[in-house]
Amino acid sequence: MINAILVFNNHGKPRLVRFYQHLAEEAQQQIIRDTFHLVLKRDDHICNFLECGSLFGGSDYKLIYRHYATLYFVFCVDSSESELGILDLIQVFVETLDKCFENVCELDLIFHMDKVHHILQEMVIGGMVLETNMNEIVAQVEAQGKLEKAEGGLSAAPSRAVSAVKNINLPEIPRNINIGDINIKVPNLSQFM
Amino acid sequence: MPAVSKGDGMRGLAVFISDIRNCKSKEAEIKRINKELANIRSKFKGDKALDGYSKKKYVCKLLFIFLLGHDIDFGHMEAVNLLSSNRYTEKQIGYLFISVLVNSNSELIRLINNAIKNDLASRNPTFMGLALHCIANVGSREMAEAFAGEIPKILVAGDTMDSVKQSAALCLLRLYRTSPDLVPMGDWTSRVVHLLNDQHLGVVTAATSLITTLAQKNPEEFKTSVSLAVSRLSRIVTSASTDLQDYTYYFVPAPWLSVKLLRLLQCYPPPEDPAVRGRLTECLETILNKAQEPPKSKKVQHSNAKNAVLFEAISLIIHHDSEPNLLVRACNQLGQFLQHRETNLRYLALESMCTLASSEFSHEAVKTHIETVINALKTERDVSVRQRAVDLLYAMCDRSNAQQIVAEMLNYLETADYSIREEIVLKVAILAEKYAVDYTWYVDTILNLIRIAGDYVSEEVWYRVIQIVINRDDVQGYAAKTVFEALQAPACHENLVKVGGYILGEFGNLIAGDPRSSPLIQFNLLHSKFHLCSVPTRALLLSTYIKFVNLFPEIKTTIQDVLRSDSQLKNADVELQQRAVEYLRLSTIASTDILATVLEEMPPFPERESSILAKLKKKKGPGTVTDLEEIKKERSSDMNGSAEPASVNASAVSTPSPSADLLGLGAAPITNSAPPPSSSGSLLVDVFSDSASAVAPLAPGSDDNFASPDLASSEVVSEEPADTVHDADELFHKFVCKNNGVLFENQLLQIGLKSEFRQNLGRMFIFYGNKTSTQFLNFTPTVICSDDLQSSLNLQTKPVDPTVDGGAQVQQVVNIECVSDFMEAPILNIQFRYGGTFQNLSVKLPITLNKFFQPTEMSSQDFFQRWKQLSNPKQEVQNIFKAKHPMDAEITKAKIIGFGSALLEEVDPNPANFVGAGIIHTKTTQIGCLLRLEPNLQAQMYRLTLRTSKEAVSQRLCELLSEQF
Repeated sequence: MINAILVFNNHGKPRLVRFYQHLAEEAQQQIIRDTFHLVLKRDDHICNFLECGSLFGGSDYKLIYRHYATLYFVFCVDSSESELGILDLIQVFVETLDKCFENVCELDLIFHMDKVHHILQEMVIGGMVLETNMNEIVAQVEAQGKLEKAEGGLSAAPSRAVSAVKNINLPEIPRNINIGDINIKVPNLSQFM
Repeated sequence: MPAVSKGDGMRGLAVFISDIRNCKSKEAEIKRINKELANIRSKFKGDKALDGYSKKKYVCKLLFIFLLGHDIDFGHMEAVNLLSSNRYTEKQIGYLFISVLVNSNSELIRLINNAIKNDLASRNPTFMGLALHCIANVGSREMAEAFAGEIPKILVAGDTMDSVKQSAALCLLRLYRTSPDLVPMGDWTSRVVHLLNDQHLGVVTAATSLITTLAQKNPEEFKTSVSLAVSRLSRIVTSASTDLQDYTYYFVPAPWLSVKLLRLLQCYPPPEDPAVRGRLTECLETILNKAQEPPKSKKVQHSNAKNAVLFEAISLIIHHDSEPNLLVRACNQLGQFLQHRETNLRYLALESMCTLASSEFSHEAVKTHIETVINALKTERDVSVRQRAVDLLYAMCDRSNAQQIVAEMLNYLETADYSIREEIVLKVAILAEKYAVDYTWYVDTILNLIRIAGDYVSEEVWYRVIQIVINRDDVQGYAAKTVFEALQAPACHENLVKVGGYILGEFGNLIAGDPRSSPLIQFNLLHSKFHLCSVPTRALLLSTYIKFVNLFPEIKTTIQDVLRSDSQLKNADVELQQRAVEYLRLSTIASTDILATVLEEMPPFPERESSILAKLKKKKGPGTVTDLEEIKKERSSDMNGSAEPASVNASAVSTPSPSADLLGLGAAPITNSAPPPSSSGSLLVDVFSDSASAVAPLAPGSDDNFASPDLASSEVVSEEPADTVHDADELFHKFVCKNNGVLFENQLLQIGLKSEFRQNLGRMFIFYGNKTSTQFLNFTPTVICSDDLQSSLNLQTKPVDPTVDGGAQVQQVVNIECVSDFMEAPILNIQFRYGGTFQNLSVKLPITLNKFFQPTEMSSQDFFQRWKQLSNPKQEVQNIFKAKHPMDAEITKAKIIGFGSALLEEVDPNPANFVGAGIIHTKTTQIGCLLRLEPNLQAQMYRLTLRTSKEAVSQRLCELLSEQF
């Protein structure tokens, strides 16, 4: 079973947090911080699995993570999951995000938190893997998109507004983008290891 | 710049997020958030009804604030309102909020459940999906109560859409995980199994996860899944990489599903049906073969997926542990991975090899990789991998390589990561003890351990070395000499001072003949460390000094001078001061005889589970260590030929032999059923109990032989919480085949049993021993039978005296009459007051149906004639199980006889099998029983068949006897 899915950037800022066991807010934040410190000190060429000690209150859990440019994707799982399988799953998740957002970047995760959750929901529910076929997941997400469009009216205008906001109000965005490392660009990043 | 037309967005949300991102400081951020929270709160509370869009926007904002690490304590109600919206987008965000910010407010849960109920009934697959996801994500008990009955119906209904089926399967799995009691098994189970044949691989994947978890708890119910899983797996494995289209991941056909199917198969022993078994073996061979093929893609995803399946296949091979050929191939494959350039694979290979090391067929093969593993320990850059290497070395250790492995671990310890030092210390200590042929080596190893990693040597480790030295005369002189030498070092660890102080205090006389280690030199050496040590160590050293007074009368005055010095007699620490005063007094007034008695050498410690092992188990969590240990122990006792389980039918009284497995891995030790004399009894208890009393063997301050009552009582305050049934099942099962022995033991109380049975009558003597020096008050043992049991078992007990003196033993007689056959065992509940605390404990009383067996001898012809007569399927119960103990024919025979039936020789055509016959006597009827036990040495399994004229009797006897082998 997957206990938690955490995505945070190189500075430890959480970008997606999903716990499948009930924990108080404080405990969740503590786990995010501890996890960040655990993975931060590991360089990119060592193993993608690590024991997280008593982080989740049991020795049975492992952290399985991948580092993509600015983001860490960390899955905390128990011994009933295959380590390599989870690595694949992270890849599927990132590739799916990339398809749904067309070249996903950290900003997409920030401004479309709800959508990221919905995509994740098509892959993992209650800590268990629902679907691993990317085309199927994308199809489900697109079907949702259609429904949203059909409900129309209110979505079109805000969407335009967002584009305006993103372009005008946020001077720091282009700067970040120009650095060029914020894009996740999956195809380039499959060279983990 | 990412395209901006992705889905819809909310202007207010985007502005808020950018605001936060523009905040220059944490304070500014918090300020902005608080402003927003106040805004949302007022909007929610406002008179104006919010439209769905606004609610959605605010809920999204709350989610974002939550993500930033702020607690959200409102908004749940608005989210619940969104659930009943007809707009998909609103409903969706409502469900998201609820699953991320679960709230246990029961009123709220009722509303949520209502909304879910409506959506489940809507027959709109999208809404059903949302509702099911929510149940799966929250998974609370209330939800299980509301929906556990409904979901199986959705899951197996013919017209449910595939995507809904997938969600329903996982939803049910989640509910089963959180509240197994609320998920009823029923007709649906067989239909779920058939989902393994479903067209849609997504459905199969979800169903496999569900069945795997259910099968772990209800193997019988889901047995048929094995053949279906095998055929599914076989179709995937043999398919071309394009056959499964979308489920092919980087040229590997359906890797995730293959992994899940292989996990499911690990819930079961190898398939019995030869055809299925053959097909599975073929699959596993194909997977192993594919590993040798050139990769179809250079991408890491390809090799990842392929190896995920391969590792799972290897786990299954190890789990089955029955095909030597496959095991050797698996071991070779892992051997290749040990040197692979990818760290992940090296890590997993080390991990899998750990389990492989405990298989009889491959233990030797694993051992051939020792050099590679040692090398990994030295060169791996990643601590996770090094940790695995340590685990593997521990697992592959046996008598032949123990010296090498322990040396390497000690070597590594010097540079090991701080995070794993303590664990390595424990492992070294255990291996050194377990495989010590020569105890001088053991003593050297532990002293090295203290030298290299003194800070990580826990108390358990140094207690243990002392226990062993005290129990083994042959090593005492050497130990004294070695600690003496080690103490010469200018800076030595405090733990060494403790061990040194203790050992010289006991055995310093053994090296006193050498002028280089004369009594005075020993004393001066120890005392030179005194001032650098902490209070507990100083206390221990004071005890050493008083022991020296007895061992070496010639330095008595020197010691008395030290004790008399102001720094001792007027020490600010009460404990030290008290010791100094009392020891000084003792040394002055007591005659040599009294001194010699009081300060006598410590008696040997009773053998019991090594405290170190217990600690390692605690550290690593139960299960992992135990299993390995148990298996290894069996193997080692095999090798030594020390048939430990021969206690069948043995009498209760057997003194622990010092040569028995030093780790005392077996169940609780059988000690004298008469309680030990109070003084030495509590001394032992002290040493084995926790920290504070570690230095207590000589704890002064009390008048009755140092066994101070306050000390004793203070340490038992943490005694078992009341009202736990001591389900000492292992002990209980031991009594199935024998009548006498120790049923229960803790620090306070020991319960012994002696019983005899004839036909349907029996008598049991229960002995309660007070192990402390204090009275037990209101001592009331009660035998409790459930209502069911009362009608079939008549028990009469005589009351016992409510006061049990310290060190005393009382006896209680139970008269037993078996009226009809029964399943459960009566419970013995004991309540008493000890010191200030109320004690309450319960143990199962081993009165089992087989006690009313009368053996029946018969010829082969008779046996098989009767066997055939009992051929009604209801009369036969069969169980196939893995051997838990070494498969020794003589022990098995003894157990069958102990079980009560006659052992019929030369009846079964296969001489390896055992058959037995007997009659169970109850007041109402007599039930003839036949049994047959077929061992399979290769697979380490047994098949046990029982045939009796009564189904329940067959069932119960089969259960009882299966636990014995």
